[in-house]
Amino acid sequence: MILHFGIFLGFQLLGEVLSRITGIALPGPVIGMGLLAALLLWRPPIGTAIEGTATGFLSHLSLLYVPAGVGIVQYLDQLSEIGLPLAAALLGSTVLSIGVGALTFKYVNRLRGVADETPA
Amino acid sequence: MTDIIDIWSYLSEGPLLWLTLTLVAYLIGDGCFRLAGRKPYVNPVLISMLLLAALLEATGTSYQTYFEGAQFVHFMLGPATVALAVPLWSNWRKVRESALPLLAALCVGSAMAMGSGVAIGAAFGLDRQILLSLVPKAATSPIAIGVSETIGGLPTLTVVLVLITGVIGAVVTTPLLNLLRIRDYRGRGFATGVAAHGIGTARAFQVHGTAGAFAGIGMVLNAALTALLAPLFVKLFF
Repeated sequence: MILHFGIFLGFQLLGEVLSRITGIALPGPVIGMGLLAALLLWRPPIGTAIEGTATGFLSHLSLLYVPAGVGIVQYLDQLSEIGLPLAAALLGSTVLSIGVGALTFKYVNRLRGVADETPA
Repeated sequence: MTDIIDIWSYLSEGPLLWLTLTLVAYLIGDGCFRLAGRKPYVNPVLISMLLLAALLEATGTSYQTYFEGAQFVHFMLGPATVALAVPLWSNWRKVRESALPLLAALCVGSAMAMGSGVAIGAAFGLDRQILLSLVPKAATSPIAIGVSETIGGLPTLTVVLVLITGVIGAVVTTPLLNLLRIRDYRGRGFATGVAAHGIGTARAFQVHGTAGAFAGIGMVLNAALTALLAPLFVKLFF
């Protein structure tokens, strides 16, 4: 497990370095993810080895957003002034974005004659 | 009594207390989620956020003090993003098969996330800088901060808007997609990741492994697309 975390951290580091050197507008972890995905496609046994650790780690992804989320306490005054319009914009836009995104996926698949995949 | 105050003042200044309380709050949030029969509106991130925010207010603790402990958890977001490579790899065959509908859903979902947020905000008379801060709200926070800076928004406000967007997405996605009768876990997860980044992705993983994997892909692709399109979008509409 230490080795597996070492792999994740190592690729993040690699991504950070590449992001700085090349000036790409993507953050290090996103570049690191792309590189690790490429490595796994090239050497699938590595993927099989780290799959358990990654799945366990990602099942607690929610926890990792808590510290940043608590940061909302710093903006309570500001948010309460413009709270209603902001809430409308965030709620409306998120509903529209998820809805039309998923409908687009469905209808493009239907145009291609591909059936929905509905696992039991 | 003075002992308790001494102990509190000692602990509240160090990272241990707030790190522990972050984990405890999450366990309570996750426990509520399970007790409620995994209902989407009982969101563990939201519950833990509210518990901790209330505790900070009640004890008069600054967010900076809290974050000194919580940063150890926050730090893990980086390696977690890298770890998304694993579900991407294990679903690679499915991803390649549906490359076209995924690309279409990405473009539509991403444009809708940027455009409709600004349009609704403008209709309600929000001022320009707030609207600019809204543009990258669907992207994962490290990208959104950078984009907000570039286009002239308020990066610190953007972070909060990004987090609220994620929580809204995590709460609404299941009932919304049931209502729209979209059953395919690839499309469900992907649209959620595009619109509600990592918090939406965490929710998708709670529902189904495939949904989670596709949400992770949606999050990463939307991060890249938002970084590319937001400056163009602002040039066109502001």
